[in-house]
Amino acid sequence: MSFGERISRILLSPLVLRISSILTTLFGISIFVFLVLRVIPGDSIIGAFGIETGVLTPDQIAELKVYYGIDKSLPMQYLSWMQSFLSGNMGYSYSTGISVASLTAKSLPVTVELALVGTILGVVMGIAIGTFSARKPGSIRDFSGQLFGLLALAVPGFVLSTAIVTIFANKFHYFPNGYEFVRPWEDPWMNFQQMMFPGLVLGIAVAAPVMRTTRSALLETVDKDFVRTAIGKGVKSRRVQTRHILRNSLIPIVTMTGIQFGYLLGGAVIVENIFSLPGMGRQVLYAINKREYATVQSSVMIFAILFITINVITDLVYRKIDPRIKK
Amino acid sequence: MKRDPLKPKGGLHYYMQSTSGIVGAILLLFMVIVSLCAVFGWLPHDPLEQNVQFAMQGPNSHFWFGTDEFGRDVFSRTLDGMRRSLTVSISAVSIAAFIGVVLGILSGYLGRWLDQLIVRLSDVIFAFPAILLALAIVSTLGNSWFDTALAIAVVYTPIFIRVARGPVLTVKEMDYVKVTRILGFSSLRILRKHILPNVTAPIVVQVALSLSWAILTESGLSFLGLGTQPPNASLGLMVSEAQPIAAFAWWALFFPSAFITVVVVGLNLVGDGLRDALDPARRSS
Repeated sequence: MSFGERISRILLSPLVLRISSILTTLFGISIFVFLVLRVIPGDSIIGAFGIETGVLTPDQIAELKVYYGIDKSLPMQYLSWMQSFLSGNMGYSYSTGISVASLTAKSLPVTVELALVGTILGVVMGIAIGTFSARKPGSIRDFSGQLFGLLALAVPGFVLSTAIVTIFANKFHYFPNGYEFVRPWEDPWMNFQQMMFPGLVLGIAVAAPVMRTTRSALLETVDKDFVRTAIGKGVKSRRVQTRHILRNSLIPIVTMTGIQFGYLLGGAVIVENIFSLPGMGRQVLYAINKREYATVQSSVMIFAILFITINVITDLVYRKIDPRIKK
Repeated sequence: MKRDPLKPKGGLHYYMQSTSGIVGAILLLFMVIVSLCAVFGWLPHDPLEQNVQFAMQGPNSHFWFGTDEFGRDVFSRTLDGMRRSLTVSISAVSIAAFIGVVLGILSGYLGRWLDQLIVRLSDVIFAFPAILLALAIVSTLGNSWFDTALAIAVVYTPIFIRVARGPVLTVKEMDYVKVTRILGFSSLRILRKHILPNVTAPIVVQVALSLSWAILTESGLSFLGLGTQPPNASLGLMVSEAQPIAAFAWWALFFPSAFITVVVVGLNLVGDGLRDALDPARRSS
């Protein structure tokens, strides 16, 4: 093999192709975020000064534009944002003077924890109810399982959260989220109580599609030849259920879980605001209300990176549970 | 006149065979009628009118769904909110479906760099949680109902691109399409006669599902204060306004929430019914 062939083989290997495709997507995302949020200059000045903007002289406005870095051309603004994003501070939040990177260092773990709690609860509930439904298709059990799936899909997270807050805080006077947020290493029990309700709301949203996927995947696998063979050769019913049926239904379930993660991150924006969890979702909404575009831009970018990371992880898990994909 | 037994049955026949489709259609029809009442102003009260002496009343014969803390009629506000949600969602999904289908078919049919570009662009939009992207777009566009619709349309366009592109890629390689091309028929004719019919079914199903997502996104935005602005009524905003009084006035929270849930359930069931009716492999008879 010549040197050139070897190089092109490396460049065209699945791993390199995958990484380069992720990088181009990230590049596209950064341009998209920048264009969506930066086309309207001047707004961070209005955001900072409110109605007093009208009192500012043209000179002052020009100076403020220099201060906020919006006097330069769009490509230059993009480059300076990228530079600050990649070099680590990600720009500054104007109202607090704290860098977006240190804001994110505090808020990202909260969102990741919430997302993990939500995913775990959702997958457990979804698989349990899906299996429960699939055991006897067309029965009352199946119907109630499917009704749960439908309602979980249709009741918005903010309705469920508001209902939970109303019932627990006002009727039972139990509302752990009324206290300041506690990190898991400071007080694990308190942290768990604070994560429980928002995690449950997100979990129910994840459970609905996982339940539907589990149900249809199970029903499809039950009819397969290898299941009949297993039953025929006398494998215990429980073992057939777990090793043959569930194992082979896992692939669509994992895919669905990965897809749901993105929706879950979106749900986190709403749920964090209702349960006052200081995560990424609150950071974004606060920044939007304060018109701090640097913060919005970098936070939205981090959400997208998180989402893509999950996709890659889903892919890896996929390879792990389905030996057929391995090459 | 007797029906020819060999004549293929229409889509409606298959749709009526699915229970979920019928239930969904009834729920949806109810919501559409109710919104039309709001469009024509057939409401028992003005949704914006404040009557402090009637504040916080439970459901009664005069105020069917009770009143909120300003004495506004929750029934009229709920119907008006439903109208606004449907207006925004239908506009958003129409825009998204139109642009998505055109781009998806072009992308799949023409292929090459255009396909690469369009697929990459949709990947970029897919990388954001829907509500977050809509939030970011609305924060720059503004709060009018059309801004909200536009933001939601951007978010859901890539789904239509993907749904339309898939069947195009398969059908394009089918022998009968290749033959048509060799026979010298124009691309336009191939698109219209062979490609479009194969795209319609999945798109129709997608429209129903996207409408339900759009309603959830719209009410989520309004809930967060970035969609419909007070004093106007919107289902999401009503839920958010009911938050502080829900403990004493359950009706202010319950009715708008129930309407969102019912319309989303209805759209999902209609989507299921359409999928069963339009997919020959799923037809039971």
